[in-house]
Amino acid sequence: MERADYERLRWRCIRRALLELDISLTRFLDEDFESLSEEQKQVFVEMADMEDHDLWYLISGQEECTDPRYAPIVALLRKS
Amino acid sequence: MSIPVLKFDAVIVGAGGAGLRSAIQLSEAGLKTAVLSKVFPTRSHTVAAQGGVAASLGNSEEDHWHWHMYDTVKGSDWLGDQDAIEFMVRKANECVVELEHYGMPFDRTDNGKIYQRPFGGHMSNFGEKPVRRSCAAADRTGHAMLHAMYQRNVKANTQFFVEWMALDLIRDSEGHVLGVTAMEMETGQVVIFHTRATIFATGGAGRIFYSSTNAFINTGDGLGMAARAGIPLEDMEFWQFHPTGVAGAGVLITEGVRGEGGILRNANKERFMERYAPNAKDLASRDVVSRAMTTEINEGRGCGVNKDYVLLDITHLDPNTIMKRLPGIREIGLQFAGVDCIKEPLPVVPTCHYQMGGIPTHYSGRVVTPQNGDYNTIVPGFYAAGECACASVHGANRLGTNSLLDLLVFGKSAGDSAVEDLKAGKAHRELPKDAAEKSLARIAALDSRKGGANVHETRLAMQRTMQNHAGVFRFGDLLKSGVEKILEVEKAARELEIKDKSMAWNTARTEALEMENLIEVAKATMISAEARKESRGAHVRDDAPDTPEFPNGRNDAEWLKHTLFNPVDNSISYKPVNMQPLTVEPIALKTRSY
Ligand SMILES: Cc1cc2nc3c(=O)[nH]c(=O)nc-3n(C[C@H](O)[C@H](O)[C@H](O)COP(=O)(O)OP(=O)(O)OC[C@H]3O[C@@H](n4cnc5c(N)ncnc54)[C@H](O)[C@@H]3O)c2cc1C
Repeated sequence: MERADYERLRWRCIRRALLELDISLTRFLDEDFESLSEEQKQVFVEMADMEDHDLWYLISGQEECTDPRYAPIVALLRKS
Repeated sequence: MSIPVLKFDAVIVGAGGAGLRSAIQLSEAGLKTAVLSKVFPTRSHTVAAQGGVAASLGNSEEDHWHWHMYDTVKGSDWLGDQDAIEFMVRKANECVVELEHYGMPFDRTDNGKIYQRPFGGHMSNFGEKPVRRSCAAADRTGHAMLHAMYQRNVKANTQFFVEWMALDLIRDSEGHVLGVTAMEMETGQVVIFHTRATIFATGGAGRIFYSSTNAFINTGDGLGMAARAGIPLEDMEFWQFHPTGVAGAGVLITEGVRGEGGILRNANKERFMERYAPNAKDLASRDVVSRAMTTEINEGRGCGVNKDYVLLDITHLDPNTIMKRLPGIREIGLQFAGVDCIKEPLPVVPTCHYQMGGIPTHYSGRVVTPQNGDYNTIVPGFYAAGECACASVHGANRLGTNSLLDLLVFGKSAGDSAVEDLKAGKAHRELPKDAAEKSLARIAALDSRKGGANVHETRLAMQRTMQNHAGVFRFGDLLKSGVEKILEVEKAARELEIKDKSMAWNTARTEALEMENLIEVAKATMISAEARKESRGAHVRDDAPDTPEFPNGRNDAEWLKHTLFNPVDNSISYKPVNMQPLTVEPIALKTRSY
């Protein structure tokens, strides 16, 4: 991923509407993002575009994850 | 260097509730309006609000704006201006109904009216018993509100500048506000927005504290910009703390957890609230619970290695009740404390939640400042609304659901006032030659400085200083040493160094610029808090205790006045509270007790 693309993604992860996501996504970027494949990174970019409540319900398991592309990333986002 | 100039009738900094509401007024009046936001509008922090918005619609039971006014004055511990409070509560119904017409999907009663629920501090018949006054849209009130208003703005041709950061206010030699400088994050380009009206709606600054329920975006940029432009900040010592934020993370655990039977315990597993509030116990009001928790921690009965939190215990509740009645709580515990609250208690601390003070405004939304003996001289061309502004309706303590109301009412009135002033036909005033100098110099310094302070470490130093010296329970000596410490941190904050020098999407630079705003707010808070020697509302001092002469430590003879922090020389002055409502009798001073 190009530097500018990564930094744009970073801004969109560390400045969310919900504190829950600020913390979870920052941790994810710092600890797990690099280990993703290029393809998975693009999937995460798509997930980061979701509405805050929808994404948080997915991460917290209050909503079931139905998209198989999201599942492995959600698992990483969930680990504490 | 020549800087591009974009000309608009009005620029609004902030696309949360307050910014979007004021933009509707301007755009629908046919004025060319720009709205700047660090994030996409519907990512603004207003999204986090779930509890609802207050309005005395009386849909579920009898209610009256005068009762709402009484509750708000009492909640404010009489520091709120009664003209502004009457203005707000009387506009509430109209603003909520308007929102409904914009398409906001409020919860409804069986007969199709907006459903209303009770919320702490909102009472009927001048404080008699709880009343149902809060209007909500499921658990997404703030979110639904922003969506409805964003759509309305798109229709009205408001021009959005998304992922742009405003840097500084532009004023001319006569003090008129002529717009802002701003940076487009995608390119790093600095641009001048040259306008006839400038509205700040930049939200709160809760990130000055180590423990905060506020999202990372709440860095007080509007206050920082105002302070750098020499505008005093009002009542900055008043911050509302929520008793139960997850220790370390700050994420809010709703009052509902104690409502369902949650118990607070110290390191000895003792249910300590029994000692502080024998009747209400864990359900006592927010400030009572927060102070009790702090006393337990200060006296060495906190938990963990550093003895710096207490426990919120719901392990005695039926797991099914937890899952059904408290959705999301278990997940918050797992994700942010590594604790399964069904089996183990949650670590919690009193956590900064809401900023009562801000940029001083009249209830028309116009920014006012003291000048030649007049406390309320209008700053021409400058307006503010929402959490960054101080009208002042929340005084020393805000009632829940009154801030969403604040941003609707004052967002609208700031917009209306700007329209009125612009229709009076003044042309764009000439930009000073050095309009962008200050901003460019700050950026150049960040880009060139070697051996300066690290942004992350400086922010942490500020947050710890604020938490330890100006937290929920305040001590004279700690406030004094806090002032010295925060001035030390300020030195570091003026000498920040960043490693990344790129133009495009330089988040390190953006965070450094935010830090320069945070420190202005932190300094104003510490110095204002040190100066106010009484206890009032959310500002509670150990050396101003509850006595028969001064119930709750409040001293009206000396301290019934607003603080004005002057950022130019760190000095403090005071202005009177407006005790005169618009049409009704003043709500007379009384001890605030629930
Ligand atoms: C967890 C939580 C729950 C809450 N629940 C309730 C509730 O139920 N009821 C209630 O009444 N209140 C509630 N509050 C308080 C209320 O949500 C806020 O006070 C209110 O939403 C603030 O709105 P605002 O429009 O002033 O600012 P925000 O919604 O915070 O918007 C600020 C805007 O300013 C922009 N901005 C900031 N700085 C810059 C800059 N330099 N350049 C460009 N743009 C900038 C941001 O991008 C954003 O668009 C809650 C608060 C929290 C933290």
